[in-house]
Amino acid sequence: MVRINGEKLDVVGKSVADYLDSAGYDRMRVAVELNGDIVPKVLYADTIFKDGDSVEVVSFVGGG
Amino acid sequence: MIPTKKEWIKALNDRHGIEFQGKISSTTVAVCGLGGLGSNIAIALARAGIGKLMLIDFDKVDITNLHRQQYKASQVGIYKTEALRENLKEINPYLETEAHTVCVTEENAKELLKDCDIICEAFDNAECKAMLTNLVLEEMPDKYIVAASGMAGIGSANSIHTRKVTKKFYLCGDEVSDASDGIGLVSSRVMLCAAHQAHTVLRIIAEKYEI
Repeated sequence: MVRINGEKLDVVGKSVADYLDSAGYDRMRVAVELNGDIVPKVLYADTIFKDGDSVEVVSFVGGG
Repeated sequence: MIPTKKEWIKALNDRHGIEFQGKISSTTVAVCGLGGLGSNIAIALARAGIGKLMLIDFDKVDITNLHRQQYKASQVGIYKTEALRENLKEINPYLETEAHTVCVTEENAKELLKDCDIICEAFDNAECKAMLTNLVLEEMPDKYIVAASGMAGIGSANSIHTRKVTKKFYLCGDEVSDASDGIGLVSSRVMLCAAHQAHTVLRIIAEKYEI
């Protein structure tokens, strides 16, 4: 299992890019942290979730 | 009668203590975007005696900004960098500022921000917010970024919070209230979020890294 924003999800083997698309995130508006480190945008397709990973997806909204 | 620099420094030292004030005075903060967030962040940090403020925005003051941004009616039509610099100098005549009237891009950000210690993301646009945050975290690992997301509307003041996402990435806001929904941005709630950002900067300087 992978913990994403506090929720345990069965996404082991999926890439960050696949997960973001399937969960409906706009890739241009997010920052993704995996086990404490930022995932570079160019590595979203090549970064594969492993069992026990902890992920935080920060999704920005407009306003300032 | 404007206080002398010596009097100014003494007043800050008396307030914050020499050790903490010394740290504040030796820190450079970049404020990226000088709207409702950035203009309020800059004023809070100017009052606290920050060492140097880098003020970055490409835009001019517009009448639609005046309900929440720290500009005056007489400043409509002039660049925000110039207008804010003027207003900050009236508050703290000894503040060191560096103004950049440019649009922050993936191409120029690294060079533009190379001399600062802490970066405040204070843009309006969600894509720009994500771009700068990712860029700082990926390419400037020595710097702190204090970003903001979700401060629009008339929702509760208490839902604006600060969260530590990674070691050097703090996020302020309610994380959901988009400016394009409902009534848009309300000055008091934007100020709350800006205050969270400015306070996070001061806590980082005080080496109080946890929320």
